[in-house]
Amino acid sequence: MAELRVNPTRMELKKIQARYATARKGHKLLKDKRDELMKRFLDVVREDKLLRQKVEASLSGVYKSFGIASAVSSPNMLTEALMLPKKEGKLYVTYKNVMSVTVPVYSLEILGEGGSDSYNYGMAFTSGELDSSLRELNGILEDLVRMAELEKTAQMLAEEIEKTRRRVNALEHIMMPQYVSTMKTIKMKLDENERGNTTRLMKVKDMMVKAQLAGKNNEAESDEEYSEVTQ
Amino acid sequence: MYKIGIIGERDSVLGFMAIGFSVHEAPDVDTAGELIDALAKSGEYAIIFIVENYAEALSEKINKYKDSPIPAIITVPGAGGATGYGMEAIRSAVERAVGADILGD
Repeated sequence: MAELRVNPTRMELKKIQARYATARKGHKLLKDKRDELMKRFLDVVREDKLLRQKVEASLSGVYKSFGIASAVSSPNMLTEALMLPKKEGKLYVTYKNVMSVTVPVYSLEILGEGGSDSYNYGMAFTSGELDSSLRELNGILEDLVRMAELEKTAQMLAEEIEKTRRRVNALEHIMMPQYVSTMKTIKMKLDENERGNTTRLMKVKDMMVKAQLAGKNNEAESDEEYSEVTQ
Repeated sequence: MYKIGIIGERDSVLGFMAIGFSVHEAPDVDTAGELIDALAKSGEYAIIFIVENYAEALSEKINKYKDSPIPAIITVPGAGGATGYGMEAIRSAVERAVGADILGD
């Protein structure tokens, strides 16, 4: 593991220890965030999957009857029949915060709703298949909007999860081991210095003791000489 | 207040006119691509539905809008029937998030 290039001093050790503590705290928080995001994401995706299956099934029915309708009436007539819709879908978007991801929430308001009489064309020139296809389409309108909301949410959560996962992995596998090994290196270096220092001190003391002993001996000898002379 | 748009070939999208969608016919993929950009840029559309057969060819362009909350570009099956691309998109989102496809069949 590559280590940080720092001076092996107590000061640096302190700094790295603090950073390591932060990294560990951040790692724990991000991991919790990732788990929660994942939970929400899977809920959304499961619902979305069911809804999509339902919508796709209904849509194929819609297309089938619509195909028949367009086969029995001329394209111009069909366009004319559908050209001026009786209703207008207005979509209001609010935002929701899911684990710090801003996701849209759609609310649909349909203007000019006429209940069962919502067809915007006369009955004279159009076929019954058109009616049934539009009725079915009307039925899944809410589901379509809900599906769009879920799918968008899923996409955005997926991105956030990916980002968070990268961060967690970077902290876990790169930053934290780096700090640990750097701290170890600094500690070893400091210990080594400490030992070197102790050895040096012992050596110096040894030398001093020896010097002192030698001095004492000399003194003692010179004392003896002195006493001999005076006697 | 936003509108809901739909892009696709005539047979697929005409019906949506009656339920209040803003319908944009695209006879080919290139037109559909231009329409996506135009609708997204206009800022009037919160949801843009696009039929699957175009979405498949334009996936790169669609991915560009994946990470902003507006517009949501959602695939729906076209008149040709479901190609499974929409489901595939869900799968790829799961794979992106989890790292493996855990939805099953």
